[in-house]
Amino acid sequence: MAYYQNLFTQVQVRPLEPEHGIPVAVDARVGKPFNSYLFGIIGNSQVGPIYINYIAALSIVCGLIAFEIIGLNMWASVNWDPVQFVRQLPWLALEPPLPKYGLRVLPPLAEGGWWLIAGFFLTTSILLWWVHLYKRARALGLGTHVPWAFASAIWLYLVLGFIRPILMGSWSEAVPFGIFPHLDWTAAFSLRYGNLFYNPFHMLSITFLYGSTLLFAMHGGTILACSRYGAEREIDQIVDRGTATERAALFWRWTMGFNATMESIHRWAWWFAVLTTLTGGIGILLTGTVVDNWYLWAVKHGVAPAYPQVFGPITDPAHLAPMKP
Amino acid sequence: MRTVLAVGGAVIALFLTIAMFGGAGWTHPPMANEQTGFRGTGMDLIRTRAGNAELSAANVAPAPADPAEDGGQKASEVYENVQVLGDLSAEQFNRLMVSITEWVSPQQGCTYCHSTENMASDELYQKRVARRMLQMTQHINSTWKDKHVHEAGVTCYTCHRGNPVPANIWFDTPPPEAGRFIPRNNGQNLASANVGLTSLPYGVFDDYYARKDTPESVVRVNATTALPESKGKPIQDAEKTFAIMITMSQALGVNCTFCHNTRSIAQWDTSTPNRVHAWYGVQMVRDVNQDYMTPLTSVFPQVRLGPTGDAPKVSCATCHNGANKPLNGANVIGPYPSLAKPTVAINLPTGEAKSPIPGTDKPNPQPTPVR
Repeated sequence: MAYYQNLFTQVQVRPLEPEHGIPVAVDARVGKPFNSYLFGIIGNSQVGPIYINYIAALSIVCGLIAFEIIGLNMWASVNWDPVQFVRQLPWLALEPPLPKYGLRVLPPLAEGGWWLIAGFFLTTSILLWWVHLYKRARALGLGTHVPWAFASAIWLYLVLGFIRPILMGSWSEAVPFGIFPHLDWTAAFSLRYGNLFYNPFHMLSITFLYGSTLLFAMHGGTILACSRYGAEREIDQIVDRGTATERAALFWRWTMGFNATMESIHRWAWWFAVLTTLTGGIGILLTGTVVDNWYLWAVKHGVAPAYPQVFGPITDPAHLAPMKP
Repeated sequence: MRTVLAVGGAVIALFLTIAMFGGAGWTHPPMANEQTGFRGTGMDLIRTRAGNAELSAANVAPAPADPAEDGGQKASEVYENVQVLGDLSAEQFNRLMVSITEWVSPQQGCTYCHSTENMASDELYQKRVARRMLQMTQHINSTWKDKHVHEAGVTCYTCHRGNPVPANIWFDTPPPEAGRFIPRNNGQNLASANVGLTSLPYGVFDDYYARKDTPESVVRVNATTALPESKGKPIQDAEKTFAIMITMSQALGVNCTFCHNTRSIAQWDTSTPNRVHAWYGVQMVRDVNQDYMTPLTSVFPQVRLGPTGDAPKVSCATCHNGANKPLNGANVIGPYPSLAKPTVAINLPTGEAKSPIPGTDKPNPQPTPVR
């Protein structure tokens, strides 16, 4: 029989009165809280109430409008065939305007106008949700680390769909809304600009992305591993020998020669996550605007190594004398 | 509850695993990969032994017919209306006719092209098309010998494989159906076997394989300088190039590194010699489509034309059929030297297309993807 011994427990705690937390000045919580066994497996079993004020409601409405525009355009592109809509859903997309429309504010709806409208509502929704996050963090007396991390992701989103298209002078440079289409767009983007892997900011972004997963695994593993020594009892950690923190620190000092602290590990994780999208956004912003071919750029600056020629010299046949027939 | 969830999860995982192994078409070891470039650069042809055996078995060249006497009367003296192969001896001519029947219409026989009342008659459209196809074969084997088909050459069987209509042909893509509310899909974002089930533009054959005067800039989207010096190509053009390259990859059953060093797809000096072969192959396909296939539009009956009324056309897949060397690279033209001579000039076949003979008026075969 499992029993409730420390905070690191899988026992689902269900208070008789649902937990409402600290009182706040303005309360716009919606919904009757309930306990869910399934949610209890992955988190707290109490679901709700959720805080929905005007800003949050407006954000949800804008998000729904964008979702509807995108979905209906996808459905229309298979001539409103419900079967094809389901079968082809991963392939369907709402494409940005054609290059010929440049930065026109509203091209014909069927030729990218809907994309701009959907993009407007989606962006509004995301920005409003940022405001919501910021205000809720402040209302609870928290720091604003989470909203700023979210802002870093918004930066990449805005570079891809708004800032870079404007610098390039055409909405057609933006990403389509669609599951496979946005992935194929990404591959084509790298092909168009001579291999994005040679973009140093792309390199940084990948480093921080994979670094984030590594840090996440190290931190999660460390804390779970020392929960048996009371990893959550942070006050004790400061004064007692042999506590969870001391063992965790020793573990890494023994194995790496160096260890993070209870405080710094969270700064490591936060910065790695934030820098992933921050550097990624810079890399995208420079592509096409400042650098047109990353491979040639890398050759020019000695980044791309030269490999021995395996075959004889290969030349572009288009530059040879034209074929007779 | 916990037990139910655990059992349910295990059952779902089991079924998903079975579905993935049974239905996803995965390849599995033993592999038969081939390194095609400098070590460590990812220049590999990813193959399996089973896949190689299957591919090899599916592309066996038919045994050539027994040789025929060279001397004797010429075909043009024995038969009427022999315009292309008149210089052959009558025996050699008959041998070739029998081979063509085996290659193209083994089920339907001679009467697929020839009128039963008068073998010399041009009444059936199939005969008029076949004459032009003979010239096309001669053209490919003579003009394109050095640059693309080499010693192996091509015969009717290279494309036809025993089918009156080759399996891998293509037609122009019809524009989207007109409706009250048509969002532009940019000619992409539908699951199309043409482009390997990606969401890339699917109508790329029309722009790339149909005309000889297609400028190189249609596919070359990369900047040739590190920094932007002029207005570059939009992403949409890169997506088209990507789609075209997938058609070639599928047609030849190879991955990108067969021709390209993927660290820089555009650079010729880091590519493999296969890329040069492929470049000439594309020129040949355009040549064949513009000079041989498209002019036959008025000869074909409606049932053989595409949705926009265009003639069937060829791409890399028409000959290659999924193998990087058609028919395993066998020398198929050697036993049939008459198909390798420079072709004689004749008038293009004209005249009204008559109804095809009974049993051949099936609807158009849809181009099937090469797997």
